[in-house]
Amino acid sequence: MANSLNILLLLILLFPLTGFIISGVFGKSLSKLFVGILASTVVFISFLFSIIIATNVSQHSISLNLFEWIHFNNFSISFSLFADSLTALMLLIVTGIGFLIHVYSIGYMKHDEGFNRFFSYMNLFVFFMLMLVISSNYLVMFIGWEGVGLCSYLLIGFWFKDHANNNAAKKAFIMNRIGDLGFLLALFLIFTTYNSLEFSNVFDGAAKLTTNGSTMFWITILLFIGATGKSAQIPLYTWLPDAMAGPTPVSALIHAATMVTAGIYMIARSSILFVLAPDVLTIIAIVGIFTALLAATIAIFQNDIKKVLAYSTISQLGYMFAALGAGAFTGAMFHLTTHAFFKALLFLAAGSVIHALSGEQDITKMGGLSKKLKITSLVFLMGTIAISGIPPFSGFFSKDEILSSLYEKNPLLWILGIAGALMTAFYMFRLYFLVFKGTYRGDDETAKHIHESPKVMTIPLIVLAILSVVGGMLGLPEWLGTQHFLHNYLAPVFKASSQIMIKNSLPLSEELLLIIISVVGVLIAIICSWFIYIKKYKGTETKTPAIFKIFEAKYWMDEIYEFLFVKPVLWLSDAFYRIVEIKWIDGLVNNIGVMVVRTGNWIKYIQNGYIEFYVYMMVLGIIALFIINIIIR
Amino acid sequence: MLPIITLGLPVLASIIVLFIKDIRQIKQFSLIASVLMFISTLIYLPTYLYPTTLNVVSIVGMDSIFFSMDGLSYLLLLLTSFAAPLIVTASFLENHERPNIYYSLFFLTIFALTGVFTTQNALMFYIYWELALLPVYFICGFWGAEGREKITIKFFIYTLFGSLLMLVALIYLYTKTPYPHSFNFSALYQVALSSVEQSWLFWAFFIVFAVKIPIFPFHTWQPDTYKVAPMSGTMLLAGIMLKMGVYGMIRLMLPITHLAVIQWGTIATILAVTGIIYASIIAIRQTDIKRLFAFSSMAHVGLLAAAVLTMNKNALQGATFQMLSHGVNVIGLFFIAGIFSSRIGERKISEMGGIASIAPRFAIYFMIVMLASVALPLTNGFIGEFLMLLGIFQTQPIFAALAGTGIIFGAVYMLWLYQRSMFGKLNPTITVFADLNLSEQLMLTVITIVIFWMGIFPSSLLHIAEPVLNQILKTY
Repeated sequence: MANSLNILLLLILLFPLTGFIISGVFGKSLSKLFVGILASTVVFISFLFSIIIATNVSQHSISLNLFEWIHFNNFSISFSLFADSLTALMLLIVTGIGFLIHVYSIGYMKHDEGFNRFFSYMNLFVFFMLMLVISSNYLVMFIGWEGVGLCSYLLIGFWFKDHANNNAAKKAFIMNRIGDLGFLLALFLIFTTYNSLEFSNVFDGAAKLTTNGSTMFWITILLFIGATGKSAQIPLYTWLPDAMAGPTPVSALIHAATMVTAGIYMIARSSILFVLAPDVLTIIAIVGIFTALLAATIAIFQNDIKKVLAYSTISQLGYMFAALGAGAFTGAMFHLTTHAFFKALLFLAAGSVIHALSGEQDITKMGGLSKKLKITSLVFLMGTIAISGIPPFSGFFSKDEILSSLYEKNPLLWILGIAGALMTAFYMFRLYFLVFKGTYRGDDETAKHIHESPKVMTIPLIVLAILSVVGGMLGLPEWLGTQHFLHNYLAPVFKASSQIMIKNSLPLSEELLLIIISVVGVLIAIICSWFIYIKKYKGTETKTPAIFKIFEAKYWMDEIYEFLFVKPVLWLSDAFYRIVEIKWIDGLVNNIGVMVVRTGNWIKYIQNGYIEFYVYMMVLGIIALFIINIIIR
Repeated sequence: MLPIITLGLPVLASIIVLFIKDIRQIKQFSLIASVLMFISTLIYLPTYLYPTTLNVVSIVGMDSIFFSMDGLSYLLLLLTSFAAPLIVTASFLENHERPNIYYSLFFLTIFALTGVFTTQNALMFYIYWELALLPVYFICGFWGAEGREKITIKFFIYTLFGSLLMLVALIYLYTKTPYPHSFNFSALYQVALSSVEQSWLFWAFFIVFAVKIPIFPFHTWQPDTYKVAPMSGTMLLAGIMLKMGVYGMIRLMLPITHLAVIQWGTIATILAVTGIIYASIIAIRQTDIKRLFAFSSMAHVGLLAAAVLTMNKNALQGATFQMLSHGVNVIGLFFIAGIFSSRIGERKISEMGGIASIAPRFAIYFMIVMLASVALPLTNGFIGEFLMLLGIFQTQPIFAALAGTGIIFGAVYMLWLYQRSMFGKLNPTITVFADLNLSEQLMLTVITIVIFWMGIFPSSLLHIAEPVLNQILKTY
């Protein structure tokens, strides 16, 4: 049994890869329907394998060593795969939600000329994402890490004829690369410290508690820098809103449910290292909570349906990081899971809206769509309730767990967390109200074509909606008198780190009080939202008060980065080339060259072929030597 | 017997091709001859694969002067002979006048390069080194693009300056060997030198190799030469010849002046790392695709030099591997530049655009070569850069962080180039852009296979260099 299980680790990877190769190489001669079904099927098969793995790794992890990848002398990094319960959770999310999004895309991308290319990229993405989570060492993880970045680049710029998309794609890749350098440096330091990149060796080494504190600080802070790039945290978050330039299923799969959570997965995977660097955990908590707040404040003032969701994603990722920083690794993974459900749902539902409105994304030109888009509006509402944290929807349980862990770490973090949660409820319901309630504000031409999406799109929506509603069952809190399933399932993974970082749980009464405060706050926020965007809403011409300008302008972060980094580099590039390169260095070389030629031109007159001249010069030379001889003496 | 074939084939080809008149036949002959060279090189492979000891193939009784090849030499011979058919195929894109002389010079270069990498004698090394230069010099001078006169003189001054320093250094070392003097590397390694002597020799060697590689600020011959030289000349220079510099550093500088490397290495590394950042930043704003590749190449080789200077085992393995990867990738890149200019003439990057929509196959291959060049994992570029940066990190973490910015900038200028040339709307001035023909596709397929093969299964190549590098690092 064990052997056949190991093979599954490889098969999980191979199916999406095969899908990519078939639709990539033979894409031109295959029909759209075939490619769509093939791409979805391979992901579904991987999903089935993931289920088998998930049911078998709750106690013991499995691994498969494929071959020695980089090997010489005693240096060895192997190409090896591994799965424990943490991996299994990620596998299920990636393949399960990935499958639903693939199916949805068959409908969404139906009329696109790049249909087959789209599915080959999607399969490639799933392949790399699975490699990222199924790796048994940091370097194989890095393959997946960079690979998903590449697919993200290809898919953001999928409609490559428009340079706005290409710029967004490029920005995403480059900002990710900045983080990747941090990741890479972390790997160097890990290798230097533990002489291995294999998870088991590194974590065993760390568990001996002999590692120097500052080394551990640097390892974890560098890993965290890598995570900020991939998971869009301060300061490397500005690529994610732009990434919305890609097709909406891409935003759902890559930029909401899976790739952007890679940073959280990586830190949870390395939990043992992070608990040994408490300062870094504090930094992570602070960065996470501020990212959550910053993105939430921006989201309130966005008018593009996908941008609101993008900032919301950044904000929710911020919560997950805050949870990691508070040492609540399970809590972060729990929220990662429920967020994958409801955020994929929200994006796909938004895609359904955009699809219905012939590409319109501006929410000021929507409104009243619930009448015509019944299924879409219903599932969107489910997602909105779930993300807002209203019991008993999934987001409530996971967010509650994060908030109470923040309270344990520091009540101030909890206050900030609550503030973010209120804003989340506010802007998400704003989005819901503006899109689906009130009256339609778009033009008549578009209105004529409004239609509910086909079944191939709505069925995945319904499945995700169900998951968003009941997903909280994975982690019912203990005060309900039930077992926290996810906590038990992941316990073996976080065993070592929880032994080092002992947490005392809150008394029940205190925890319940916190929950009541947050739920009441959320309800008030929703009522405010209703009041502003339904009751008092007058149409498109609402003017933003001046104090809110900063949020509307997204804190001018893009402009600041442009001014601080982009412009100086371009200026340097010109200065280096025009001045240092051409004027100074090359000028010097050319002067030497010219000097040689001139000297040669001048000296050549000496060699004129007249014997008399040579004799004359010889005599002059002898006389000169004489004189010098006398002087020296 | 085999060594004689290895050295003899290019000489023979160089002579025979002179007497062929028909252009088609010349091309066919050149391709066949270069493929034969590659095959004959493969025959050695079993000797070096998974070595247990320092395997050396040499001509017996010749005092190792003419041919003596260990694993490191073999890897570079492998690169040279693998690159030769690629460069010949690439040259079909261009039409040269007097093709027989052109290909004759090409084979002469291949001969000299084979010599450089397979001799263990400093005098022969110097002779081959100079001999490699001459045919390339003529290729650039006669078949180059406009403005070649000025650029060739610059190239000439640089290299002359460099070579003379090396000659002086080698003769000095020769006089220091015990009587009867010897130019054999093994004898030179034994010479006991004071630290002052080592310092002088170090800088002499460093400048020679720095010009060849090139390392900042000895590089200004390079962008112009790469730009005006015919594509195959550029490929010779960037693909193989600059590795002579890195090879020289590993073969001569490290073993002979290792004390000085410890003493002065930091300063030299600063130059190399400066070059990485400097060239990367310049590449961002280049308007010409060949110049952009030239600066990109300079950034990559700066890392090679920095890695060798660490004298760290991982970095040296990485550098050796990267010499091969860079050779393959840079040939791929300049081939792509050649495809651009053969289709739409020499033009600025800003005057391209949208080509992916009419030449999708070309777009895919360009993307793959580009990704290898920006060191994406699973491509050959990653293995070398990872090992080099790891080695640099283990000796000087800060240099690894600085050199690592090259990875970020690499993505910046490469993606920028790709976007402006391939994506967006089709530039109205481009009416036709034929997708790859059979031979072009074949060539790029070979390169692609090698990119992934080396990226996924690098260990066999790493093993080949292992005993030599161990020995070189053991000398101190």
